[in-house]
Amino acid sequence: MDDLLGEFLTETAESLETVDAELIKFEQDPGDEETLNNIFRLVHTIKGTCGFLGLPRLEALAHAGETLLGKYRDKTLMPNPASVTLILESIDQLRVILDHLEAEQSEPEGDDADMIAALVEASEGKGAAVAQDTEAVAEPETVAEAPEETVEAAPEQTEAPVESSESGGEYDADLNRPLRPGEVSLADLEKAFQEADGPDLDKLAEEARIAEAEAKKAEEEKKKREAEKAKQGGGDHPLVAQSIRVNVDVIEDLMTMVSELVLTRNQLMQIVRTMDDSDIKVPLQRLSSVTAELQDGVMKTRMQPIGNAWKKLPRIVRDSSKAVGKAIDLHMSGESTELDRQVLELIRDPLTHMVRNSCDHGIEPADIRRAANKPEAGQIHLSAYHEGGHIVIEIADDGAGLPTSKIRRKAIDNGVITEAEAQTMTENQIHRLVFAAGLSTAAKVTSISGRGVGMDVVRSNIEQIGGTIDLSSVDGEGTTFKIKIPLTLAIVSALIVESANGRFAIPQLSILELVRTSPDGEHQVEHIHDTRVLRLRDTLLPLVDLADVLGLPRAQTQSDTAFVVVMVVGEQRFGVVVDNVFDTEEIVVKPLANILSNISVFSGNTILGDGSVIMIIDPNGVAKAVSASDEIEKTTKAEDRAVESGSEKTAMLLFNAGGNEPKAVPLSLVTRLEEIETSTVEEVNGEQLVQYRGGLMPLVHVGGYAELADKTHQSVLVFTDGGRSVGLVVDEIIDIVEEVLDVEMSGSAPGVIGAAVLKGKATEVIDVGYYLAQAFHDWFEVAKKGDESESIQKRRVLLVDDNAFFRNMVAPLISAAGYEVTAVSSAAQAWELNTGGAEFDVIVSDIEMPDETGVAFATKLADDERWSHVPRLALSALAQNDLDRIGATEAFTDIVRKADRESLISTIDYVLQSQGEAA
Amino acid sequence: MSESEEQSIHINADSQEYVTVEIADQLFGIEVTDIHDVFQPQCLTAVPMAPPEVRGVLNLRGRIVTAIDARQRLGLPPREDEDKPCMAVGVEIENESYSLLIDKVGEVLRLLERNCEAVPCNMDPQWQAVSKGIYRLDKRLLIILDIKKMLNVETPSAQAA
Repeated sequence: MDDLLGEFLTETAESLETVDAELIKFEQDPGDEETLNNIFRLVHTIKGTCGFLGLPRLEALAHAGETLLGKYRDKTLMPNPASVTLILESIDQLRVILDHLEAEQSEPEGDDADMIAALVEASEGKGAAVAQDTEAVAEPETVAEAPEETVEAAPEQTEAPVESSESGGEYDADLNRPLRPGEVSLADLEKAFQEADGPDLDKLAEEARIAEAEAKKAEEEKKKREAEKAKQGGGDHPLVAQSIRVNVDVIEDLMTMVSELVLTRNQLMQIVRTMDDSDIKVPLQRLSSVTAELQDGVMKTRMQPIGNAWKKLPRIVRDSSKAVGKAIDLHMSGESTELDRQVLELIRDPLTHMVRNSCDHGIEPADIRRAANKPEAGQIHLSAYHEGGHIVIEIADDGAGLPTSKIRRKAIDNGVITEAEAQTMTENQIHRLVFAAGLSTAAKVTSISGRGVGMDVVRSNIEQIGGTIDLSSVDGEGTTFKIKIPLTLAIVSALIVESANGRFAIPQLSILELVRTSPDGEHQVEHIHDTRVLRLRDTLLPLVDLADVLGLPRAQTQSDTAFVVVMVVGEQRFGVVVDNVFDTEEIVVKPLANILSNISVFSGNTILGDGSVIMIIDPNGVAKAVSASDEIEKTTKAEDRAVESGSEKTAMLLFNAGGNEPKAVPLSLVTRLEEIETSTVEEVNGEQLVQYRGGLMPLVHVGGYAELADKTHQSVLVFTDGGRSVGLVVDEIIDIVEEVLDVEMSGSAPGVIGAAVLKGKATEVIDVGYYLAQAFHDWFEVAKKGDESESIQKRRVLLVDDNAFFRNMVAPLISAAGYEVTAVSSAAQAWELNTGGAEFDVIVSDIEMPDETGVAFATKLADDERWSHVPRLALSALAQNDLDRIGATEAFTDIVRKADRESLISTIDYVLQSQGEAA
Repeated sequence: MSESEEQSIHINADSQEYVTVEIADQLFGIEVTDIHDVFQPQCLTAVPMAPPEVRGVLNLRGRIVTAIDARQRLGLPPREDEDKPCMAVGVEIENESYSLLIDKVGEVLRLLERNCEAVPCNMDPQWQAVSKGIYRLDKRLLIILDIKKMLNVETPSAQAA
């Protein structure tokens, strides 16, 4: 029973889809008997199977639909849009029941009395209300005549009496509606019938007459058909015998076996090639060619015509055009273009959505079309064709084209682009913005589209299967969407590489280029400490060895001759060093076994042509490994922590000076990097000075005074503050890195804030303030002079920042400027101080903090009883418009760029001053 | 085993057929119904970063099979003669193909289920976890392996990277 039911469900679902499409065809061309017969047959089969499986509700509904269709077939009724809609609705209802059947194995409760009644009414003549009075007249005769008639009718109508008894005994009434006392001649009625457009009494009368007139003809036809049927052996499916249903698993198994066969053949060929005996060669050739054909054939079974995904579209266009009141014709070409069934399933929904879009947004209302000298009915062309291993699907409408200005305005309003960007964009670029999230250009939401889920979803769906989508639009002439999708998902193109004596496949999709490096060649691998980088054209490309990523020992000693696979993942570009590069192969992706599925660097595995299994590299996994650099174990922890706390990245300048450990200083604090000539350094009073920009600049050394190294030039980091500069002597500038800072405080050595892991190496972060004070003993006194004269009591500053580095950097600066600083690491700690009764004159807070953000903190502060009057300063590295967006500009009194020491102090001075004036 | 006794076992529904395999000279039994094939693994591809029990993946008639090293799984030292081919039994679990690498495959035995005894409680816990029971054969002991548990290798919780 279960198997039967399952088969029934698949078959019925398919039949219904065909019925949908055929009905639309039939509605447009009521004379097409073949189409009607096809529909009738399908519905009849559904009904028959329902009866067989004991599904009364489905059967009753299908029967009612069949009855109405029977009328069309017998030409006793002419189809009109209303009744076709009714049939389509009943088919939808059938689907609802089928869905329930599939989920629950049983029919849902309740019945479809309304639907059946409507269908019966339709089959009895016309739409509901008007039919009532005529029925009263017609009833007596019809009841009497019906039984006779049905006996003679085609076999599929023998159920009719059952139906009529269920629905009140008026079945078949119009089949043989008697001529009522004639008021008008038949000819006149005929004419009226042609012109009439709605159901009314006259029309019913005509119909009765026409029915009468055609009854004989119909009967003859019926007999003829019956005879035909007998000839066909009573078969209801003269068209079906051409295909059989095969379980997908069977095909997958076949596919596997064929692959194996191919491999075995290859091995055989290999053996034979080394043998002189040629007896076996001829049959092997034959085996080889048969195998190839077999492989082709099995591949074909996976392919399905794209038309299968289009079946629903005529119905959708019809419904849409009815809903929005536009006439729309859908033309389809290339339905037989084949593609993998898996891809087919995945593009079905995006296609549906786009066709709907064309109906709703693309095609203009009829009056506008008339004014534009276009045919009143909108045209949508859907076509599919092959193009170089891809399938291209085009959806073209002859509508108004995309409203450029509307999209531009909306994109600006929604913050997708800025006003300035909009000015520089071409029309086509603007059009492409419909693929951006949150843009629906329909001014109003209709029942069809404009609900905000739009082309961005379509785009992401298509990109998910490795496809692309583009559009071109001409104002007033229409829009064309072009979708390019791969033929199949199962096969991807991959580059086979070697690393640590193993072979791996890297998907071509994420590979930008291949570079071969050598010490004297164009591209050289350079070393920054332990990490390798590649200077590629204008950029410095981080390199990672595939062996390191995979935790394998490097196969060869680090030579500078290597193959670098340049990959791009999202925004991240990096080079993967491999030992050897073979060729590209089309590989069949197979999923990883469960036990291996959590290895992030692999996305699957595959069998190569030579029969060996290789692992497929997941570019995302490698990208992750790259950012964690080579000392994965050491940094993972720190990274995790940093990511959790949502810290932002800080640009750090790495350098060597006094000692072996690399040292770092925030780049934002460095004014310039200078090379000075050692000969210009003068020594005064035990201090080294150099002439710099018209003044004397003292030089300081990390770790105290030291002789200048014996070279002609010396690298110096210049820090400038308040018009005075100091140079920090360094041995070598290593690099600038942008990383999430996680400073472990040590405070052991003077001038060192702490240590951080940068580029996988423990690095000392130096305290610039310490060295500044060394050079100018009064460095900070200059800044605090003004304050001391004004206030006897030190002003109190509360500093809230989750980043220990900045706390330690900024707190001394503020205190050096003459304030009393309390530094806490979170808003929660600040609130603790509040409850503890602490008082502050100004609160300086970071904006991005874990738990409670600076904005939330500031907003709460504004409502706080005691602290609401305290000026709030924000520290942020964000751009102005971002600050506006998150509401920071409102929540804070003022915002200071992070690490802009000078302006921080002056802003604190300023707000306190203005506070004082206001008070 | 007399002929009549053997027949009675055949008729008896309470008997079970086992494929005997040898791992480090110890005899193990695996239910015949669990085993899809017995083969000599070739062209094993190592999988970097995989759990140590996973010796690699291989191509068995077009299917990719994950090879689990029985010795590693049971905490035994690796085979001394690594170069000599070992054997493997193919198993299917939840639609995935695995193979258990063992030293030797022996005969198929039909044994009465009632003769099966519980594993001694002093047996290595690692072994206990994967054993269903034990049979006393004429000269040797036969440990029945629970193949599902045997292949249920715990995936390392925190793979760095």
